[in-house]
Amino acid sequence: MKYYRSHVLVCVDPECLRKGAHDVVDALQDELVATGLIDEVQVLETSRIGACADGPEMMVYPEGIHYAGMTVDDIPYLVEEHFLKGRVAKKFQLTQKAEAVSELGAPTAKEVRVVLRNSGKIDPENIEDYIAEDGYSALAKVLTSMTPEEVIEEVLASGLRGRGGAGFPTAKKWSFCRASEATPKYVLCNADEGDPGAFMNRQVLESDPHAVIEGMTIAAYAIGSSQGYIYCRAEYPIAVRTLRIAIQQARNFGLLGKNIMGTDFSFDLEVRMGAGAFVCGEETALMASIEGKRGEPTPRPPFPAVKGLFGKPSNVNNVETYAVVPQIINKGAAWYASMGTEKSKGTKTFALAGDLKHTGLIEVPFGITLREIIYDIGGGIKNDKAFKAVQTGGPMGGCLPAEYLDLPMDYEALAKAGSIMGSGGLVVMSEDSCMVDIARFFMEFTQDESCGKCVPCRVGTRRILDILERICAGEGRDGDIETLQQLCNEIRTTSLCGLGQGAPNPVASTLEHFLDEYKAHIYEKKCPAKVCKALIRYEIIDGPCTGCTVCARNCPVNAISGERRMTHHIDPDICIRCGICMQVCNFNAIEIN
Amino acid sequence: MTVEIPDSDAIKQAVKNAFSKHGTTVDELIPVLNDINRALGYLPAQALQEVSTTLRVPKSQLFSVASFYQMLSTKPRGKHVIQFCESAPCHVVGGREVWDAVCDHLKIEDGQTTPDGMWTLLTVSCLGVCGVGPVMVVDDDMYGNVTPAQVPEILARYS
Repeated sequence: MKYYRSHVLVCVDPECLRKGAHDVVDALQDELVATGLIDEVQVLETSRIGACADGPEMMVYPEGIHYAGMTVDDIPYLVEEHFLKGRVAKKFQLTQKAEAVSELGAPTAKEVRVVLRNSGKIDPENIEDYIAEDGYSALAKVLTSMTPEEVIEEVLASGLRGRGGAGFPTAKKWSFCRASEATPKYVLCNADEGDPGAFMNRQVLESDPHAVIEGMTIAAYAIGSSQGYIYCRAEYPIAVRTLRIAIQQARNFGLLGKNIMGTDFSFDLEVRMGAGAFVCGEETALMASIEGKRGEPTPRPPFPAVKGLFGKPSNVNNVETYAVVPQIINKGAAWYASMGTEKSKGTKTFALAGDLKHTGLIEVPFGITLREIIYDIGGGIKNDKAFKAVQTGGPMGGCLPAEYLDLPMDYEALAKAGSIMGSGGLVVMSEDSCMVDIARFFMEFTQDESCGKCVPCRVGTRRILDILERICAGEGRDGDIETLQQLCNEIRTTSLCGLGQGAPNPVASTLEHFLDEYKAHIYEKKCPAKVCKALIRYEIIDGPCTGCTVCARNCPVNAISGERRMTHHIDPDICIRCGICMQVCNFNAIEIN
Repeated sequence: MTVEIPDSDAIKQAVKNAFSKHGTTVDELIPVLNDINRALGYLPAQALQEVSTTLRVPKSQLFSVASFYQMLSTKPRGKHVIQFCESAPCHVVGGREVWDAVCDHLKIEDGQTTPDGMWTLLTVSCLGVCGVGPVMVVDDDMYGNVTPAQVPEILARYS
């Protein structure tokens, strides 16, 4: 490798690209050539350095100076200051803002970077960067000094469980597939990350693709496979591009293809793209989609380990699962098992979203409490509102109220609380969220994404949604709660795949923890959080209203009347509850009842 | 609706390009359809016919695939396609207000195309950039932290 005194990492994520990151890279290269520094300073494209909110962003190593918000015209100044004169160009230096929105910032005290160790540190389009961070050394160790059985044994000892959501022990899955006699066998990576609010897989694929490739190759060696597929959703074009580049580079280095590292072992990989269907994240649907069919699930058994892709034994794991395998091999099972809880070992990435001060990706050891995640890492609730609920595990997860804030995060504890680990999405809701509206919202999603193959899921989710829509519209009836409970039970027990079995969770969990809110909607025709439009009224309070007429002038439906300098009045029959009057009022004279 | 319908040669060319890139095996069906859909904006009947002949797959099976995936369309779409993220993280940070602003501005609803054939409005599930929600994608351009007030200005960039 060539020696450079300085490395400039420029973020090329969608947000930064939109703000001209590529132009900045070009300008930087030109300027470095013009100043004769091109042999001393290397410019790399990478993903996700900071929030992208003030993009384009770049990081200069070894100093670790974070610059943001420069344009092409600022580059000559920046190069002169930083690289010629050796001074930090303070004008563009990003200082940590109190409420910065960052997808992956610097780790806080409670975080541990294992899966995300290379994120933002290496150039994902340069295999040498990965190799310099011990990349592919685990593969070398496996191929030269371990039998497939020993590999499975090591992964078993680490306690690694599937990070796709269900938490099945990875090594067991591998040994089932190894035990299947039919050939060929396939190694599949599920990168169809569709859970709303979860984007940890995208982060790994875009910032450290070789970790996934190396992990899959080790898995292939363990189960005896020579062909693998990565099924990536089409919503992630940059991840697909990064993966394809990485696969080609690995082939060029003899790390994929025939006789890897000069051994008898051969393995190659292909990327397959989805076309926008959430259910394809279910493993049997995923395999149908790779085969070029409708992505509909099929009943298990037979499990993929026996009869999977093209009817052959297949091993399906999540991106995060594969990405951590090389480190388990390198650092040993004991190291990995030293993190986490008794039954959930290691670390897990979570995507924080919703009403939090700091949203974004985090990686923490299992066993950390929700409170630590929300308050210590997430910075607490936005605008210092009260915490109301957190929805874990994506659209099929449950909503947990404040009593569960001290719940340790692991697979068993979450299941016991009526939710799931899922892919690791955490949507935090403040007191301003209506739980009936949230439940309706999640049902809308699962109802829409139901593939329609089995009746409980197709018809049942529709029925639940109908009832929830009615309740939110103020037309809830006596008996609705019981009907919802019954529907939840039936859909959960009779649906074909995980989508249908999990779909009732948001409704069932809100019914359990927020029953009073349902009752208020149905029996009192009130929305306690003041969200459901049919159940709220905007009213002007007598005292603060100065009769300035600004609300009346801005009302789109002319529902507000009143003389100048006299208290105004909103006609509830005309009002469409758009809330504009409340936004424009300078005297806080409008309230919701 | 005055959406431009691609002519026969354009369709043939799009199908040919897709096959030369992905090959002519059935397991490449979805990538092939994706490419044709990208080139033409949708999957015209003639394109499905040609794919059917080349792959020796019945048209019924092709249609079952084309109608299943959200990114594949068997109906013409507008010149610009807006994909609006309707997932929870965007919803709880003001996505619904932005959605209303888009619908108001274009005077269409989910799945519809404007009468002049300029815009098609679609809701999509999570685009994985939840840190900057609400998020919408116009053609290939992604916009994050969108507010209702920004909507007219963003859409005005397209002609």
